[in-house]
Amino acid sequence: MANLRAIRKRISSVKSTQQITRAMKMVSAAKLRRAQEAIVAARPYARKMREVVLSVGSKVDSSAHPLLASREVKRLALLVVTSDRGLCGSFNAGLTRYVHRYIAEQQAKYEEIVLYMVGRKGRDFFRRRGVRIHKEYLGVLGTLGQWHVETIASELLEGFVNGEFDEARIVYNEFRSAISQVARIEKLLPLTMDTLEEGNDENAHDFEYLFEPDKRKILELLLPKYVETDIFRVLLESVAGEHGARMTAMDSATNNSVDMIARLTLQMNRARQATITTELTEIVSGAEALKG
Amino acid sequence: MASTIRLELVTPERFMLSEDVEEIIIPGYEGELGVLPEHTQYLSIVNVGVLSYRKGGGWQKIAISGGVAEITPERVVVLADTAEHAEEINLERARLAQKRAEDELKQVGHSLDDERYKLAEAALSRAISRISAIH
Repeated sequence: MANLRAIRKRISSVKSTQQITRAMKMVSAAKLRRAQEAIVAARPYARKMREVVLSVGSKVDSSAHPLLASREVKRLALLVVTSDRGLCGSFNAGLTRYVHRYIAEQQAKYEEIVLYMVGRKGRDFFRRRGVRIHKEYLGVLGTLGQWHVETIASELLEGFVNGEFDEARIVYNEFRSAISQVARIEKLLPLTMDTLEEGNDENAHDFEYLFEPDKRKILELLLPKYVETDIFRVLLESVAGEHGARMTAMDSATNNSVDMIARLTLQMNRARQATITTELTEIVSGAEALKG
Repeated sequence: MASTIRLELVTPERFMLSEDVEEIIIPGYEGELGVLPEHTQYLSIVNVGVLSYRKGGGWQKIAISGGVAEITPERVVVLADTAEHAEEINLERARLAQKRAEDELKQVGHSLDDERYKLAEAALSRAISRISAIH
């Protein structure tokens, strides 16, 4: 049986870990709520943006703008969205494993797969495996703002327009609920009007606008913004998912530590009792020996 | 004829405004664009500047930094990159930003295709639009 002092020490260390996990769980819950509010707040803009792009873009030819042009896909870009911090269960592991397998499966089809990486965890995973990462964005998720998204989007758009890749997909953890996130892959570029229309639930406009200054200029401004909005939405979802995953992970860690403390306490009491019994026996037998 | 037109202002971060107003002035691509109820279908790029609207006789001002405006007879939807009510603007900070941008412009000198010049110029027009939204 382990000695008493060692068990006591163990209990106090588990207790302090428990304090940390409990605090982290609470913090994550608060951050999750904020992240969900941010998703809701961003929705009207995204919906409006889609409507406007549709009403401008549906009547133009795909040659009107480089972002609309589909070409033969030789090189594929993946924008992988992971988190910067760990301790969030299988949130990153699940996604990176998915991407790793995806690359292995798809590699034969393309000349090259170019990786754009958001989040330190994904970067570390692929770096350890010696996979080349084209661009990485670390530390953008904590204070996620329009500015970060602009940087990511403009580098991605530049890569597409310069022909570094012919199609871009975004891989992320879809936020289903606080306890459920699912790896998801979506096409980001090129923009094709039919993929836009697919998700459009509102009835399309059938009237013509007057444009200021002209359709082309407006497209030039709108399409990159549309991509930005899309990336922004995905990043927000990923952040919400991360906090949800962390909350769940920390909740079960706290529960486990409660069980562990109960078990250790039992062990400690047994050890204490055993010591007392041994001491008593010794005293009694000592007294017996003196009597004789 | 309707006497009001609905103005909706959204930014990526929030749904800022949805109100029935009497008149709107938008900083359009080719200059100020006045919108009254029953305006024709119109789609315009919005420049950095001040958007103002009239409601119940008083004018309200909002500093916005670029975007697009979709105008239909019964409503105007403005998609802006950022937008701030006059009350939200920190005049001190806007002044500082204006000064910083002007210094930067002087330093860089005139070169229209310089990235730094463009950034400074954009910062300057944002600062000026903020300041003029207050006055």
